[in-house]
Amino acid sequence: MISQLSWKIGGQQGEGVESTDRIFSTALNRLGYYLYGYRHFSSRIKGGHTNNKIRISTSPIRAISDDLDILVAFDQETIDLNAKELREGGVIVADAKFSPTVPEGVSARLFAVPITAIAEELGTSLMKNMVASGASWALLGLPLEVFNKAVEEEFGRKGPAIVEKNVEAVRRGAEFVLEQAGGPLEEFKLEPADGVQKLFMIGNEAIGLGAIAGGCRLMSAYPITPASEIMEYLIKKLPKFGGTVVQTEDEIAAATMAIGANYAGVRTMTASAGPGLSLMMEAIGLSGMTETPLVIVDTQRGGPSTGLPTKQEQSDINALIYGTHGEIPKLVVAPSTIEECFYDMVEAFNVAEEYQIPVIVATDLQLSLGKQSCDVLDYDSVRINRGKLVEGELPPLEEHRMFKRYELTENGVSPRVLPGMKNGIHHVTGVEHDQEGRPSESAVNRAKMMDKRLNKIKNLRVTNAVKVHAEQKDADVLIVAMGSTGGTIEEARTRLTKDGVKTAHVTVRQMFPFPSELLEPHLKSAKQIMVLENNATGQLANLIKQNLGYHDKIKNVLKYDGTPFLPSEVYKACKELI
Amino acid sequence: MATFKEFRNNVKPNWCPGCGDFSVQAAIQRAAANVGLEPEQLAVISGIGCSGRISGYINAYGLHGIHGRALPIAQGVKLANRELTVIASGGDGDGFAIGMGHTVHAIRRNLDVTYIVMDNQIYGLTKGQTSPRSAEGFKTKSTPEGSIEHTLSPLEIAMSAGATFVAQSFSSDLKQLTTLIEEGIKHKGFSLINVFSPCVTFNKVNTYDWFKENIVNLEQFPDYDSSNRIAAMNKIMETHGMLTGLIYQDKSRKSYEDLAVGFKEQGLAKQKLELSREQFDKLLAEFK
Repeated sequence: MISQLSWKIGGQQGEGVESTDRIFSTALNRLGYYLYGYRHFSSRIKGGHTNNKIRISTSPIRAISDDLDILVAFDQETIDLNAKELREGGVIVADAKFSPTVPEGVSARLFAVPITAIAEELGTSLMKNMVASGASWALLGLPLEVFNKAVEEEFGRKGPAIVEKNVEAVRRGAEFVLEQAGGPLEEFKLEPADGVQKLFMIGNEAIGLGAIAGGCRLMSAYPITPASEIMEYLIKKLPKFGGTVVQTEDEIAAATMAIGANYAGVRTMTASAGPGLSLMMEAIGLSGMTETPLVIVDTQRGGPSTGLPTKQEQSDINALIYGTHGEIPKLVVAPSTIEECFYDMVEAFNVAEEYQIPVIVATDLQLSLGKQSCDVLDYDSVRINRGKLVEGELPPLEEHRMFKRYELTENGVSPRVLPGMKNGIHHVTGVEHDQEGRPSESAVNRAKMMDKRLNKIKNLRVTNAVKVHAEQKDADVLIVAMGSTGGTIEEARTRLTKDGVKTAHVTVRQMFPFPSELLEPHLKSAKQIMVLENNATGQLANLIKQNLGYHDKIKNVLKYDGTPFLPSEVYKACKELI
Repeated sequence: MATFKEFRNNVKPNWCPGCGDFSVQAAIQRAAANVGLEPEQLAVISGIGCSGRISGYINAYGLHGIHGRALPIAQGVKLANRELTVIASGGDGDGFAIGMGHTVHAIRRNLDVTYIVMDNQIYGLTKGQTSPRSAEGFKTKSTPEGSIEHTLSPLEIAMSAGATFVAQSFSSDLKQLTTLIEEGIKHKGFSLINVFSPCVTFNKVNTYDWFKENIVNLEQFPDYDSSNRIAAMNKIMETHGMLTGLIYQDKSRKSYEDLAVGFKEQGLAKQKLELSREQFDKLLAEFK
């Protein structure tokens, strides 16, 4: 029996690839398997090859696999493009409709199942997904009743007749393939999972969930890949808590509307990707200058310009840190796991109010869209902290005085009152201003106010600003990365350890202000440092060099072809280094 | 109840003597008092430009944002706390050039915000360049041979974008302007009030006298029906947009806040943020 397996479904975009994946993985989740998904898709709606890959495991996994065990193909193109990924002895389940063939040099076994024919016989080719997933399920020798339960849940609200038809499609697919294969494939028999259903979601949903738990009640946003799922989740949920999502006319409106709403006292967010973030830069400056809380999620994708909208990249870091004109305090945090997507959002809303600054939460496409098992999220660790928000009554102001919204304090953070509060009237402006918010060009005031704002974040460190996966004082290589790459590195490390290679591994989660003092001890003791990132210019490596040096020790491994690192690539890079 | 004096502060405006914006400021202060507001119940959100400074000259909550973005900020404020009266304001460059996209969509969205544009047909703060409201042939520093672009008609655009309240006034007519702002504040939805507010320094064509000669007050037409969309559009076109008064009002359409499903009827800013364990578990259960 095996402990992990990789399965992929491919076809033309819009022909049921997504739904096959959904129903198949939902059923696996019911059995308690850990899952990690990867979507290969294009920036179009119908047509064009697309595929979804799922890693299935009896223990937690956070990486896609190098190879593939089972490929389900709706067309020959899927086989031609993906068969080379199949491992020795892999299996192809293909629609008999297109008389599938196995490309030369590939040793996979092929099962041609009349996927379309069965579906059409049952009434509609839409049920292809059920036939295909039923066949896959049967090959793995998994209990059909569990799958049927998942089908029931998916189609229950459409009535028993529809459920029955789909169950029948699953049965027919399973029956056909088992007859061809002579029963379930022994070599693909998975060890039983723990039977505990896991949370199963994409990073964008974890972000939405974290936002609600963190007190977010409004979102203003403009659709963009790969961020839209956040607004789509929140528009379903926020009205249940009295709030709403406004789809704005552009990202400038999204960011400025969020500033207005935060100014008036509601935790409000926006989310976008590179092109949208570029448009938001002036607004981010306004938030920094007026000390108005703001939370922005940047789901990084391939840039520059329109770039690779549906592909993996980690190339916005420089823009997020340096993008605004002038100098403002801000926080840029990059979650590296699905759980962190949740907890970081809670923290982002707290930091935004405690420090009165813009907070940017930067994910990457794989983290935002890869559907995966998620640990239990802890209700008790969610805390709301609104910082120096003034509650209760204020004493009357002296005549012609305003509330000192920008009062110079020891840590630079001033008391904040919300519009509507008696005796709290003050002015807010992006023009340099005095303690009451009145425009001021005084040189003395200017210097004081700049220092006040910039000093606020001096000691700002988020939870696990530098996350230590493995500390080894005598390691041959210290691997440093950010975002979703951590899981892949951990998998590579397991192989390296078997080979006797000692590695240490840290993830930099806080990109700005840079947590130098937390990272330095690791760099200091490292023999060699490998910085792995999905961009072409080594933005993380450059941040480290700029803040801490270590030019001679750092080897930068870059991948910017639109795909995430594979464990084998990390393994190879490490081997080459030592 | 607050008087208009309580909406004054001691900040000296940096407007030129004779600027039309002084009257707009006074009209807002009077209208706010007339509708019974206390200063803390009003938020004035403004853009960038001479007129954008207005939020700093009124004793109320105020936010002076970035160029062209007064409307999205103002809408954010209203969404966060619908109990506040929200006035957005700025110039014709702010609202009809850099911010035109927001203007059209704020009109469509119909949140309960009153938008007052101080329209002087020129860029004042940058010392005299053409604006989308400048007349064809208008000579400025950026159009030394005269503007060759068509003059934008904000009233026509507002009507076609589905505005529920469209008015226009002249800064010299403090009485009419004050009344229109009061009506705008009372209107349940988005109200656009375009105000001819002469720039005495850089616009030597569209002067106080020029406006007095060229504008038509709707009071001259006792049969005019401001609830008739077609009549409104006709009147705007007949007068080439040189009319003042309440041009159009649709009282039947609900505001965005009232239409948004589940949107809280009290100010959202006032509710507690913590989820109960039960609410939290319910959200998680959907991912199993």
